[in-house]
Amino acid sequence: MNTSTSIKNRLDLLFESKNERILSLYYTAGFPNPEDTIPVLEALQESGADIVEIGMPFSDPIADGPTIQESNKKALDQGMSIEKLFAQLKEMRNKVDLPVILMGYLNPVMQYGVEKFCASCQEVGIDGLILPDLPMAEYLDFYKPTFDQYGLYNIFLITPQTSDDRVKEIDRNSRGFMYMVSSASTTGAKNEITDVQRQYFERIKNMQLSIPRLIGFGISNKETFDQACAHANGAIIGSAFINLLDRSKDLKKDIREFINGIKN
Amino acid sequence: MKVEVDERGYYGSFGGAYIPEMLYPNIEELRLQYMSIIQDRDFQKDFRKLLHDYVGRPTPLFFAERLSEKYKANIYLKREDLNHTGAHKVNNTVGQILLARRLGKQKIIAETGAGQHGVATATVCALMGMECIVYMGEVDMARQKPNVERMRILGAEVRPAKSGSKTLKDATNEAMRHWINNPTDTHYIIGSVVGPHPYPDMVARFQSVISEEMKWQFKEATGNENPNHIVACVGGGSNAAGSYFHYYENDEVNLIAVEAAGKGNATGESAATTVLGTPGILHGSRTLLMQTIDGQVVEPYSISAGLDYPGIGPIHAYLFESGRGKFISVTDEEAMKAGVLMSKLEGIIPAIESAHALAALDYMQYDRDDVIALNLSGRGDKDLETYIKWGGY
Repeated sequence: MNTSTSIKNRLDLLFESKNERILSLYYTAGFPNPEDTIPVLEALQESGADIVEIGMPFSDPIADGPTIQESNKKALDQGMSIEKLFAQLKEMRNKVDLPVILMGYLNPVMQYGVEKFCASCQEVGIDGLILPDLPMAEYLDFYKPTFDQYGLYNIFLITPQTSDDRVKEIDRNSRGFMYMVSSASTTGAKNEITDVQRQYFERIKNMQLSIPRLIGFGISNKETFDQACAHANGAIIGSAFINLLDRSKDLKKDIREFINGIKN
Repeated sequence: MKVEVDERGYYGSFGGAYIPEMLYPNIEELRLQYMSIIQDRDFQKDFRKLLHDYVGRPTPLFFAERLSEKYKANIYLKREDLNHTGAHKVNNTVGQILLARRLGKQKIIAETGAGQHGVATATVCALMGMECIVYMGEVDMARQKPNVERMRILGAEVRPAKSGSKTLKDATNEAMRHWINNPTDTHYIIGSVVGPHPYPDMVARFQSVISEEMKWQFKEATGNENPNHIVACVGGGSNAAGSYFHYYENDEVNLIAVEAAGKGNATGESAATTVLGTPGILHGSRTLLMQTIDGQVVEPYSISAGLDYPGIGPIHAYLFESGRGKFISVTDEEAMKAGVLMSKLEGIIPAIESAHALAALDYMQYDRDDVIALNLSGRGDKDLETYIKWGGY
C-alpha cells in the first residue's frame, strides 16, 4: 500500500499554519534510558514543541560535539538500534501528531536496508530524514526516488561556508525546511550569537528561498532561540536538551519547564 | 587491469565523499585543485627535491639473500624503512604539506595511530614552519609514548582523542571534527588511502613514488622491471597502494595485500577487514568495514597499531572485490616470528606492520625462480617494547 499521496506531510501542514518561532527539539533515541524514547516524544508534544528530531545513535558521529557523542554512546551501550527504535515508535501516531524526523548517519541506515528503512518510516509515521553524511549528489542519483515513494522529506544542512549557488541548488532539491548550521562547528551549545553569524543569517534570509529555514547548532536557551527566530522561521535545540534529559529526575515536568522557558 | 578513481571518486562501487555539508567546501576545493597542483611542474620540482634531499630517496631495493634461501625464492626488500622518520608515511606528508601551502593554508591537523604518520606530519610542519596539531587516541598515546614525545620535540601539539574506543578511528573522528570547526585556514593531512575523495587517490599518488622507483630498480637488478609478486601490509593501505600503483595494469604482477589477523580471525580480536568486514561507510568513503549487523563500527585488534583500523582504503576494497589483489591475513604470533627472522637473517629489525608482509610468504604460492618484492614499509625501532614484551628471540 502506498499512502504517500493520500497523507499530507506534517512538515507542510505545520508550515502552512505557522511560519515563525518554530521550535524543534533533538534528542537521541533510547536516551537517557532505553525506554525513554516515547515518553520524551509525548512530553514534547504535550509541552508545545513544533517539530521533533529523533537521533539514531552511531558509533562515529563526526558532525557532533561531546554532548551528543556521549548520548549516542550511552544509547548504544544500552542496546539501542534502528530495529528497536521502530518497535518503540510503532504506536506513536496514536498520541503524537507533530512532525517527527529521524536524524542520523548513513551507515546504520544502509545496513538496515534503505528501502526497508523508508518503508518502516512510513509505517510508523515519520515525516522526514536528516542524514548529514549523505551528500546531495548521491541523494539525487540514488536515494530520492525511494524517499519520495515513502513520503519522506530529506532535510539538507547549509553552513556559513555554503556558496549562494549551492544554497539555491539545495533549495530547489529539498522539501520541508532547510537546516541552517549556525556557524562552522560541530553540535553543541555556545551561548551566544555573533555579528558574523547574524550577517550570514541575513544573507540567506535575503535570498528569498522557497522553503522555510530553521537555525541549529549552538542554540541552547531562550536568548539564542529569540535571536535565531529574528532571522529565520525558527530554531533547533539539541545538545542543551540532551543535557537537560541527562540530569532530569522528572522528564515530564522538566521538559515542560524547558519548553515553556524557551517559548515564553 | 585499470585501477583508477572515476569522476565521482569511486573505484567500482567503493569510495565517494560521504561528508557532512560542513566539510563540503574544503573537500570540493581539494577535489577541484589537487590534480592540477600535483601535476604542476614547480610542485613536482619541489616535491622531488624534498624527497631526494630531505627524505633520502630513492630508497634502496635490496636483494635479501638469506631470506631468499630460506623461502626458496628471490626476495627483494623495498627499503622504505630507510626514509627520514623511519617509514613510508613521510612521502605523503611531504606532498600534502606542499599542497597545503599552495592552497594558502596556515595550519595543519592530522590523526595518528601508532604515531608514525603523526611524526611524519610534525616533521614536515617543523620544516615548513607551520602550526601542527595531531590527534591521537588516548589509549594509543599510552602505548606509543616515544612517538608522542617525538612529535612534541618537533613542535607539534598532541591532542588526546578521548571519545569512543580512544584509538585511531576516534583520532580520525576528532581530526574531522576539528576541521569542521576550523574550515578555512586549516588543511587536514590524512595519513592513509582512506577518507573522502580525493584523499585516497591523492595519498596513493604521493606514495606511488615507491613503485615508480621499483620499476627501474628491478630493471637494473633483474633485467625485468616487473617482479612476479608484490607483497605489502594493509591497515588503511597507503604503503600497499604506493607499491602497487605503477603495476596495476600489468596483470602478470601478483598484488598481495597482507592484513592483520590479530589473535586469529575467529577470536573476535582481529583487524582483517576483507575477512570480517562488509560494505559500509566510515570516515567519508564507502568501503569494506568491520561492523555490527546494526552498522556500528567494531573496534579491531592487532599487535601492530599501524594495522589496527576497522576499514581499508576504497582502492583495496576494489582490488579485493575484483580479484586483482589477493588478500592474506597473518596473526600477531606469525608476524612477530617473521620480524625476528628478518632481524636475524638480514640484520634489519622491521616494523611489526612490515613483518606481517614477510609472514605472508608462508601462505603464498610461488616458484623457486620467482621474484618477490616485499615492501619494507618501516623500521622496528618504535616497536622495541613490543618485541621485548613478546620475547620470542
